[in-house]
Amino acid sequence: MVSVADTLIALQDLQVRFNGVPALRGVDLTIGAGEAVGLVGESGSGKSVTWLAALGLLPATARVSGRVTLGGEDLLAAPAATLDRVRGGRVAMIFQDPASALNPVQRVGRQVMEALRLHRGMDATAARAEARRLFELVGIPDAGRRLDVYPHEMSGGQNQRVMIAMALAGEPELLVADEPTTALDATIQAQILDLLRRLQTELGMALVLISHDLGVVADMCSRVCVMYAGRIVEQAPTEQLFARPAHPYTQGLLAALPDMVGPRRRLAAIPGSVPEPWNLPPGCAFAPRCAQASAACAVPPAFCAIAPGHIAACVQVQAAEKVFA
Amino acid sequence: MSLLTLDRVAQSYTTRHGLLGRPTPVRAVDGISLAVEAGRTLGIVGESGCGKSTTGRLALGLERPSEGSVRFNGAAMPAPGTAAWRALRREMQLVFQDPLGAMDRRLTIAQQVAEPLDIHSIGDKAERADRVRRLLVDVGLRPDQAARHPHELSGGQRQRAVLARALATDPKLLVCDEPVSALDVSIQAQVVNMLTDLQAARGIAMVFISHDLKVVRQVSHTVAVMYLGRIVEQGDPEALFADPVHPYTRALVSAIPVPGPRRMPRIVLTGDPPNPANRPAGCAFHPRCPVAVAACRQAVPPLETLDDGRQVACHLASSPTRIAAA
Repeated sequence: MVSVADTLIALQDLQVRFNGVPALRGVDLTIGAGEAVGLVGESGSGKSVTWLAALGLLPATARVSGRVTLGGEDLLAAPAATLDRVRGGRVAMIFQDPASALNPVQRVGRQVMEALRLHRGMDATAARAEARRLFELVGIPDAGRRLDVYPHEMSGGQNQRVMIAMALAGEPELLVADEPTTALDATIQAQILDLLRRLQTELGMALVLISHDLGVVADMCSRVCVMYAGRIVEQAPTEQLFARPAHPYTQGLLAALPDMVGPRRRLAAIPGSVPEPWNLPPGCAFAPRCAQASAACAVPPAFCAIAPGHIAACVQVQAAEKVFA
Repeated sequence: MSLLTLDRVAQSYTTRHGLLGRPTPVRAVDGISLAVEAGRTLGIVGESGCGKSTTGRLALGLERPSEGSVRFNGAAMPAPGTAAWRALRREMQLVFQDPLGAMDRRLTIAQQVAEPLDIHSIGDKAERADRVRRLLVDVGLRPDQAARHPHELSGGQRQRAVLARALATDPKLLVCDEPVSALDVSIQAQVVNMLTDLQAARGIAMVFISHDLKVVRQVSHTVAVMYLGRIVEQGDPEALFADPVHPYTRALVSAIPVPGPRRMPRIVLTGDPPNPANRPAGCAFHPRCPVAVAACRQAVPPLETLDDGRQVACHLASSPTRIAAA
């Protein structure tokens, strides 16, 4: 886990409700400086909402509670001006579909320069030079000329590079990448992941990678959080999580993935589907789909420690631990 | 005899750049030959723009190829819109990626599944109702879900309903275009298992188009890898993915992010997937190929059969330099 001194951002009991329907049900998460953390889960598990809520990007209909501490300041209570400085400054975010995140009627260079003027107070000349440097940093060929093209003139992969350049404009300490390669082809996905990995180490920036793809997260992150129905259900160092998954949901997710090597076997699908947020079972939300569920699962499970840095919210795991103890 | 054969099929479209641009022909599919046996699955993989969806449409006879021929069940594919072509629709069905877009939002699930039966005048009213009931059971939907509308179902359930509809006429061939790409991992496994079960029970031939190599490996008996409208490698999925020969297949396989240790070093290709309207000379892959030699810039490599039976279109495939270079 992260020591208090290295903590960059801490989420405490973060909860979100949309019109009374819970979307996030108490998330505790700490990101250390320079750390790469993966957030995996299926659609509706709350992995995106966590960061949209933390950065104040949800619509007014969302009820957000809890604490989000960045540099001693609670972002949830912070005035709009503070959030404007933080977003795109200390914390930047990139999304799945670069084409819809970029302004289609503005040249891409100007969009990056806007971020440079806002967050680093540069004048037009300095901003243009810096935008060009950023384009080179993210591997856009012919950077000087590419500043003057429109998003539709570039490929999806190049647009995602522009988004990353824009995110880097504020010299962020944390980059939240929400499914950054989901819309891209396999070979382009490999390029973008390579770029993110290089930037993270070279710039010493922390990275939160939100993905539904366990493989992508395994490749990129040193720590992984698995989310289900608005909660983190398991958290562990990456190798530990894939070698010894403790929560039945994590085990199920890994078993459901087709292999790339070895004999082909029938996939072990998780039965049923994710519960609707307005119709959550009492206790463990995964219990109705869980082969190991018992009467004890009717109460919300607490986290129990399995190994250093490895926790899971499951009563079955707790029971097993007690046997060992 | 194969159920479906594509013989040197090519398809050109015309595009223009901008409002006043000169129309340029684009060969989306450029002379490919494929065969699908009854009860077997052909997987087609490739990146966007490689022509895999166009191949699916040609296989179904939804488009007439500009060159080459498509034969189904021993007969030439009739022209789209003709009576013979309409009658053939019940023999072959298409399943898309987005089930919501493929359904009529105002009809109930039962009505949608019954539609092909109505169109092809199969059975009387009672028989149809009974058949719809059985189809829904076959794809794992509950009887009470028959009266639901598409928006009341989850993504996985919708894809099941679309499959029930596709199976209504008891087709011999199913073309699935990215059928599980929009589904979550746990649901994806359910639908993949269901597809293989249905194939085993009904002996359906499938063309399974996807960018997801892991899923394609899971369901296919043969895999074809496409790049810019051509097949670059084709063969048994286990052999092909365990030891890819074509440099493009090697890059694709190595780029799959896998949990756990990786078996081969990652090859990150430079450059974007090329534009079919601006095909490089020689081997279309050579500008991105890490092992390209002079010959690759000049001559298009033919698809040749290797000792293990797989077909590869690469100048270096059979040369001893392959292993050294890769």
